[in-house]
Amino acid sequence: MNDGIIDAKGLVKDFGTTKALRGVTLTIRGGEMVAIAGPSGAGKSTLLYCLSGILQPDWGTVTFAGRRLETLGEADRAALRRREFGFVFQFGQLVSELRAVDNVALPLVIDGVRRVEATHRALDWLERLGAADVARETPDELSGGEVQRVAIARALVTGPRVVFADEPTGALDSIAGDEVMTVLTEHARAQGITLVVVTHEPRVAAYMHREIVVRDGTVASREAVR
Amino acid sequence: MTVAYALLGFLEEETRHGYDLKQAYDALFGAGRPVQFGQIYATLGRLERDGRIRLAAQEPGQGPERKRYEITAEGIDELHRWLSEPEAPEPHLQRTLFAKTVLALTTGRDAGAYLDAQRGAHLERMRELTALKTGADLATALLADFALFHLEADLRWIEQTRGRLDSLRQEVTR
Repeated sequence: MNDGIIDAKGLVKDFGTTKALRGVTLTIRGGEMVAIAGPSGAGKSTLLYCLSGILQPDWGTVTFAGRRLETLGEADRAALRRREFGFVFQFGQLVSELRAVDNVALPLVIDGVRRVEATHRALDWLERLGAADVARETPDELSGGEVQRVAIARALVTGPRVVFADEPTGALDSIAGDEVMTVLTEHARAQGITLVVVTHEPRVAAYMHREIVVRDGTVASREAVR
Repeated sequence: MTVAYALLGFLEEETRHGYDLKQAYDALFGAGRPVQFGQIYATLGRLERDGRIRLAAQEPGQGPERKRYEITAEGIDELHRWLSEPEAPEPHLQRTLFAKTVLALTTGRDAGAYLDAQRGAHLERMRELTALKTGADLATALLADFALFHLEADLRWIEQTRGRLDSLRQEVTR
């Protein structure tokens, strides 16, 4: 019996001669908040991208809610990523030409939601995340913490079941980092969203329910599910 | 406390007398703070009284006869218990964490398992402090931050050491 929302088995991923993942097996339960920790170059981000279907592993399987990702075509995987997953990256990766509200509305518009409705929902999420006052500004006018709040709003606006975050506080000072982790975990908890955060910062990992430590492309230690 | 466990670790390897034990301690842990002979002999006296070590032999020297000690089964149990249990996470643990890691290596135990357990204990305490400061007043949050930054420094050291155990083992056991 396995009640994981994400199940990875025997993941192997090479980049040329670099062995990024050497057989990673893990289960993440629905609603869990999990930190993937470990030193630089350990394979943390590669693991995150394999779990979220951005990268295809060379070997092994990833199952999301009973669906094997490797059996899906690229279009289906893209749709899955858009509808079921949200992403937060280290530097926000907002579209620099678009205002904050339009960045947040973008995944809805791509998925066919009418622009008026998408903008309304985007504004609602910016309000909830305390970023309503920057809605009409472009990313280059925002602080690092504001960029990440907008990125979190963009990740949550589609109502995802899982949010993947890759070093979400890596570009922030500790105060802004705390604020970003607080809003991210509060909203994930409130929405019952599964949260998977890659971090090398113990203070970020301490916001999560448990930690999986990756070293040299393998799981070096993991805390028990609680 | 650390001195007593260090002496037990050295005596688990082989029988030794007080002078040897001081030399061994200073070589591994005495950087800038060599242990006093008085502390070595006082600690040996307590360990003998508590049944952790016993006299193995008395050897003639230039002055008074030198006492050679050996560890008892109770001493081995005590050392193993100490090395197996993570320390309660609190600031300023660095000497104890280092001593446990080195003694685990010199006595052939699994230093990696100890460090992983210590990491888990530290992170659990950090979770408690993070939960405490969420929604708390600023003074409470800042006090929690003080402890969090210290624990985070420990955790970074644990991670660094965990990644270099093979080299450290070669250095401290040669």
